[in-house]
Amino acid sequence: MVPLSWYLIVAAALFCLGLYGVLARRNSVAILMGIELMLNAVNLNLVAFWRYLEPARMSGQVFAVMVFAVAAAEAAVGLALIISLYRLKRTVVADEADLLRG
Amino acid sequence: MTIAQVIFVVISAVVLVSAVLVVVSRNIVHAALWLILSLFGVAALFAVLEAGFMAVVQVVIYVGAIATLIIFAIMLTRREMREPGQQTHRWWPLPALLAMALFAGLAWLLGSLPGTGAAPPALAGEDPVLLLGQALLSPEQYMLPFEVASVLLLAALVGAIVIAGDSR
Repeated sequence: MVPLSWYLIVAAALFCLGLYGVLARRNSVAILMGIELMLNAVNLNLVAFWRYLEPARMSGQVFAVMVFAVAAAEAAVGLALIISLYRLKRTVVADEADLLRG
Repeated sequence: MTIAQVIFVVISAVVLVSAVLVVVSRNIVHAALWLILSLFGVAALFAVLEAGFMAVVQVVIYVGAIATLIIFAIMLTRREMREPGQQTHRWWPLPALLAMALFAGLAWLLGSLPGTGAAPPALAGEDPVLLLGQALLSPEQYMLPFEVASVLLLAALVGAIVIAGDSR
């Protein structure tokens, strides 16, 4: 039997790795990959809580499905923005996208 | 350790090691491939949690769609992204410290959480996929969020085409 806390620890580690990726990487696509890792950690938590606490009610899985939908939308729009930025500035490094800097 | 625990530890190790490689790889293409392995591992964890539908959706959406999108974006912006130069900015120890502090805090919090060592209750007789479908489509449960999510996906689709499409 695997205790619930193991899943929560794995999800916390995955979330922190994603957070590091988002904050430390310079490449915009790598930042998006970090966000995907964080969303996966959240989904893992939701499904684990569903299985261990409320398996009769589907709230946990419904929330995870919503997270999937939002993640797909976020990835599509984010990558479109990156491609558009690359067309405009020939770069995908987040530091060099400073069009709005005063 | 029981068999289930060994399986869990192996899958978690795959997920976490490939996640580390996602955030530290210098080559962005390798990072994307490690991301795919990590997402597969999370799908396996869903399967271990007896959420078969979530495992399938994880493979279809993340591994099938989002990973493909990311690889396409890498190919379309290839010149800069393949460069194996400096991949993190010069303040990278600060986020590393922050992430480690957050993990320590979460681990401490989870350690003090009561009732996380119990075995999972047995699944009810009904099929979880059936229950999930009924929950998503019955008006007294989650039909409205479900429809709003479909509108959001449509808006994101149109927005992505408008933003990335060639305006000339």
